[in-house]
Amino acid sequence: MAVERSLLEINNLETGFRFGDIYHNAVDGVSLTLENNEILAIVGESGCGKSTLATSIMGLHDPKNTEIKGEVIYKDLNLLDLNEKLYNRIRGNDIGMIFQDPLGSLNPLMTIYRQISEALEYHSDLNEEQRKARVLELLNQVGIPRPEQIMKNYPHELSGGMRQRVVIAIALANKPPVIIADEPTTALDVTIQAQILDLMVDIQDETGSGIILITHDLGVVAETADRVAVMYAGQIVEEAPVEELFANPKHPYTRSLLNSIPHELEGEDDELHVIHGTVPSLQKLPRKGCRFAPRIPWIPEEAHEENPVLHEVSPNHKVRCTCWKDFHFEGEDK
Amino acid sequence: MAFLEVKDLKVHYPIRGGILNTVQDHVKAVDGVNLSIESGKTYGLVGESGSGKTTIGKTIIGLEKATSGKIFYEGENVTNKARSRKKKYANYNKDVQMIFQDATSSMNPKKRIIDVMAEPMHNYFDYTPGETKRRVAELLEIVGMNAEAMYKYPHEFSGGQRQRIGVARAVASDPKLIIADEPTSALDLSVQAQVLNFMRRIQKEYGLSYLFISHDLGVVQHMSDDIAIMHRGRFVEQGSKEAIYKNPQHIYTKRLLSAIPDMDPTTRKAHKVERQRVEAEYDAQETEYYDPNGRVYDLQRYDNDHLVALKPEEPNASLQNEKVKTGGES
Ligand SMILES: Nc1ncnc2c1ncn2[C@@H]1O[C@H](COP(=O)(O)OP(=O)(O)O)[C@@H](O)[C@H]1O
Ligand SMILES: Nc1ncnc2c1ncn2[C@@H]1O[C@H](COP(=O)(O)OP(=O)(O)O)[C@@H](O)[C@H]1O
Ligand code: SF4
Ligand SMILES: [Mg+2]
Ligand SMILES: [Mg+2]
Repeated sequence: MAVERSLLEINNLETGFRFGDIYHNAVDGVSLTLENNEILAIVGESGCGKSTLATSIMGLHDPKNTEIKGEVIYKDLNLLDLNEKLYNRIRGNDIGMIFQDPLGSLNPLMTIYRQISEALEYHSDLNEEQRKARVLELLNQVGIPRPEQIMKNYPHELSGGMRQRVVIAIALANKPPVIIADEPTTALDVTIQAQILDLMVDIQDETGSGIILITHDLGVVAETADRVAVMYAGQIVEEAPVEELFANPKHPYTRSLLNSIPHELEGEDDELHVIHGTVPSLQKLPRKGCRFAPRIPWIPEEAHEENPVLHEVSPNHKVRCTCWKDFHFEGEDK
Repeated sequence: MAFLEVKDLKVHYPIRGGILNTVQDHVKAVDGVNLSIESGKTYGLVGESGSGKTTIGKTIIGLEKATSGKIFYEGENVTNKARSRKKKYANYNKDVQMIFQDATSSMNPKKRIIDVMAEPMHNYFDYTPGETKRRVAELLEIVGMNAEAMYKYPHEFSGGQRQRIGVARAVASDPKLIIADEPTSALDLSVQAQVLNFMRRIQKEYGLSYLFISHDLGVVQHMSDDIAIMHRGRFVEQGSKEAIYKNPQHIYTKRLLSAIPDMDPTTRKAHKVERQRVEAEYDAQETEYYDPNGRVYDLQRYDNDHLVALKPEEPNASLQNEKVKTGGES
């Protein structure tokens, strides 16, 4: 039986930024797979390396100040080996991108029609008429009303939600098998967020593409993801199917995050869970030992491995914590 | 008893344009809202961006001018008097403070924390230098920070620490009301938890009231006793937390609540169906809930602790509707 390859396979990816003569890893040994027909959420707080991971996959780093190691395998190619010209073909054609700030990813001087049709022009050989039909089809697909009119508008003439729909239309233009969305709804109001998330789930259903959805918002994860990877200080610390992660979180960081979500109070003294200390900066991050150890000082040092590996909780559930079986919060019984 | 009352507040910003830069129109940022603030309670103010939340806060504190309506502090009419040096407004100036999404944006970056925090103290109290220092240390401790922090500069702190310093400074004048405008919106979840916990502890200790402004319905539910939902410069619904979250009546409130992401992935499908049902209801019934100009109706009492902006029931309402319709078509 031939082993099916994943749609995208990230192996031991390390991305370091240069500080003087030294590179400090913002992504520090990440391995992940993305399958067809799934939404993989990557969740973590700001600075944990989510955007760096996305831009590393897309080959968008300045090589002078960045050092990337590892593999990003797509269709038997290691993308990290590609030259700029080939990478350009992959971006847009095979991998679509959606970023947080739709205004930043649109050209203010070009009409919506021209921006979408340019994406098509670059990557396909449709004639003018076919292109126009495809632009209309895309605008319809992303739920833009009166597409004939809207496509003549400039970005600033649209609301934030409409702009993000246009960005999604551009990302979808060439039916890419892989879509990477970095905080696509973070700048939007909650009702618009709900619409955009529905749209992404629908698109995923229709096209069967694989989506990497990056977010800091556990609510967004719960609403959309099939699988979740939780990131802390450049590493994946827990990975599980979405139901499993919310029902049975194992890593102390995942559990802490879930406990600090604001909820309805149960009495005067009810308080939100707070994690000890802060996330250190890249330069100060300890590179030895468990990255999370300084934040759970009540667990004795002897209790953890030198460098915790991913332990298997169940076949699809992995956690980077030695003590996952009997971890307890401060003051909590074992 | 309410110590602060906002009555029919309107704040209309002029829109200028044309060759002569004349006033062409107005943005009705706040268009007739009422608030009564009692001591020790937290009032949540929720709405989407641009709905007018910040403008309400700034007008209460005197950073924007009321176009019409009145603000009473302990019975005294203090409308547009925040800058006044007159003695009868002194309490109002001292007792109402505001913190913003980035607390340090209002701090002088060249001043150490001790000087930043001493400013409100010097304005309102006659502390000796020793007393000032002791008081700053005390306030920093209340928000979980070391006394040494007072010798550092604002940029030396993380976002969460800066928000806590902002809360500590707002408390320095010993106010009765703190208007907190999106105080944790730029913070990570775990840091937000810390700031919210401290805000609640301080409230208990000092009997403070908060006007807690946020677009995040989860945070507002966590913090508030009473809630107002704002849309297009007006309140669509106002009442106790239970009334608003458990028994919403206005279609806009329902729509907002149904859009909050559900933290339980197992009920995702049902949640989506419900959200889309409410969305369809909103599209179908929008005109029922807004007047022909799209303006939110006046609030009516729906229940003891619950006001809703519903279409006024008039005996000849249908007749009026007819008139409006034909008027619109001609
Ligand atoms: N171009 C860069 N040069 C140096 N450091 C960077 C650069 N981009 C990001 N970083 C640092 O790398 C870490 C990860 O950042 P980022 O990937 O943006 O995190 P996230 O998207 O999870 O918020 C942070 O400490 C950030 O300050
Ligand atoms: N100084 C100003 N001049 C003109 N319009 C303003 C000004 N400040 C706010 N506005 C407008 O008033 C409305 C309400 O704004 P704001 O109170 O900031 O809303 P929110 O805090 O709910 O996002 C918006 O339409 C905004 O563009
Ligand atoms: S291995 Fe130890 S230090 Fe690391 S997360 Fe687990 S309990 Fe904490
Ligand atoms: Mg990011
Ligand atoms: Mg605001």
